[in-house]
Amino acid sequence: MAAAPFVRVLFAAAPVASFGAFFVGAAHAQDAPAQEIQPAAEATVVIFNTLLFLMSGMVVMFMAAGFCMLEAGMVRAKNAATICLKNLSLYAVAGLMVWLLGYNMIYGIEPGGLLAPFAFFYQGDDGDPAGLGYGAYSDWFFQMVFVATAASIVSGALAERIKLFPFLIFVAILTGIVYPIVASWEWGKGYLDAEWDFADFAGSTLVHSTGGWAALAGAVVLGPRAGKYEGGRVHPIPGSSLPLATLGAFILWLGWFGFNGGSQLAFGSIEDAFSVAKIVVNTNMAACGGVVAALLMTRFSYGKVDLTIVMNSAIGGLVAITAQPLEPAIWQAVLIGAMGGVIVTVTVPLLDRARIDDVVGAIPAHLFCGIWGTLIVPWTEDGPTFLGQFVGVVMVGAFVTAISFLLWAVLRFTIGVRAEPEHETLGLDKSELGLEAYPEFAKG
Amino acid sequence: MKLVIAVIKPQKLDAVRAALSEQGVTGLTVSEVRGFGRQRGHKEVYRGAEYNVEFVPKLKLEIAVPSERVPGLLPAIRDAAETGEIGDGKIFVLDLQEAVRVRTGETGPAAL
Repeated sequence: MAAAPFVRVLFAAAPVASFGAFFVGAAHAQDAPAQEIQPAAEATVVIFNTLLFLMSGMVVMFMAAGFCMLEAGMVRAKNAATICLKNLSLYAVAGLMVWLLGYNMIYGIEPGGLLAPFAFFYQGDDGDPAGLGYGAYSDWFFQMVFVATAASIVSGALAERIKLFPFLIFVAILTGIVYPIVASWEWGKGYLDAEWDFADFAGSTLVHSTGGWAALAGAVVLGPRAGKYEGGRVHPIPGSSLPLATLGAFILWLGWFGFNGGSQLAFGSIEDAFSVAKIVVNTNMAACGGVVAALLMTRFSYGKVDLTIVMNSAIGGLVAITAQPLEPAIWQAVLIGAMGGVIVTVTVPLLDRARIDDVVGAIPAHLFCGIWGTLIVPWTEDGPTFLGQFVGVVMVGAFVTAISFLLWAVLRFTIGVRAEPEHETLGLDKSELGLEAYPEFAKG
Repeated sequence: MKLVIAVIKPQKLDAVRAALSEQGVTGLTVSEVRGFGRQRGHKEVYRGAEYNVEFVPKLKLEIAVPSERVPGLLPAIRDAAETGEIGDGKIFVLDLQEAVRVRTGETGPAAL
């Protein structure tokens, strides 16, 4: 069992007596005041912090699979293999870019700064574990998988019509430069953190809105899929596999426990451990709120429940709670998530009305719910102000949108971003990969 | 000999097959088809956008029988396939010129 060494470390490292006292204290909480708990030894703290980063990072890495399945299920069968390839390669490109440049840009910034100096190739420094509090490489890994999440958001919105290599070039710049600059403003103790007390616990704005803005700019430059808005009407293009998409939504839901839980950044004290537990519960409950809100709303607006909107709303709820998953009481987490579900349900058709073709609903779930989650932080957390949150949202939005538009436009007028019309009709699987995702199924 | 073609709702296949067996039918061919009739498709909503399902999925049954069986067969199929809702389907009867059993070479009603 994987859990056994974990438990052994716990008992070997911490004075056994203190844990005995803890359990006794917990059992008799009503009769007597809880007894003092001895803090863990320094080495134990560092080990546990490192463990949190590694375990959470691995779970967040699997969100790449969640995005991949969600997207593969929501595109048509003729583009399913290509979207799988895009997800696989964007994860790899993100990893290389974070090593090459990204991580140094997030944390190389001076306090209150706007732009870190370009420093190439990450080198972990484990020389002062007590000062750092965790293994340097574990933090690098945790940050790297976050970057990949931002990139995954883009691929879904632009599916079924974007060419592979222009997409990967955009991903490289997004993960190597654009996202790291945004993250440095807050998590690198840069401008937003120093000047505005901006708060974004695990990245509603920094990760999800960043991906969302980049996706929105891309969807506008790229244009809708052929036939989507023909004749001034919306023509729905149903996905190839709703069970696969649902699996993807579930994987993302699971991954979010690492995403938000790991963002506590420490697991070496009772307070930290309990905080992570509360974060996991709140994260879960926000998704529950999102699902139920969309379930009821689509049922009453359309007569039937819309599964794909309910999926998006689970994610919308998760994105919404990501800006502050620790402070809300459970009921507040449920409400924040439910509002995320409402936002998704309302904005999915609105995007269609604006003729912006977002294949998987990434923009409503990640961008709009990311804004919502960020703005609502002052409701549950003392310190951040509504104005500060607003400034953060606008600043990130303006920066990412401007640079994304520029990048997409440059790509469009140089190597081209849009697949040839005949390739789009044929399906990108055949034109990009020369194969079919499901060769043994008859065409419907 | 007659060829009876019945277009029915997919969920009615088992009931129709049972009714046909009772009538002594020993074989039939089923295909998945799509089409529209008076029902003219129907509207559905996907991700908040309404769309028309122009062709509704149906099953097409082809049953070759001796002519004298047809009067008993038609009400049996109708009873089994009926839900009372729009889109229950149609039954057509055609003259059948010839039938051949591939294995033995028998022809006419003996081949059915």
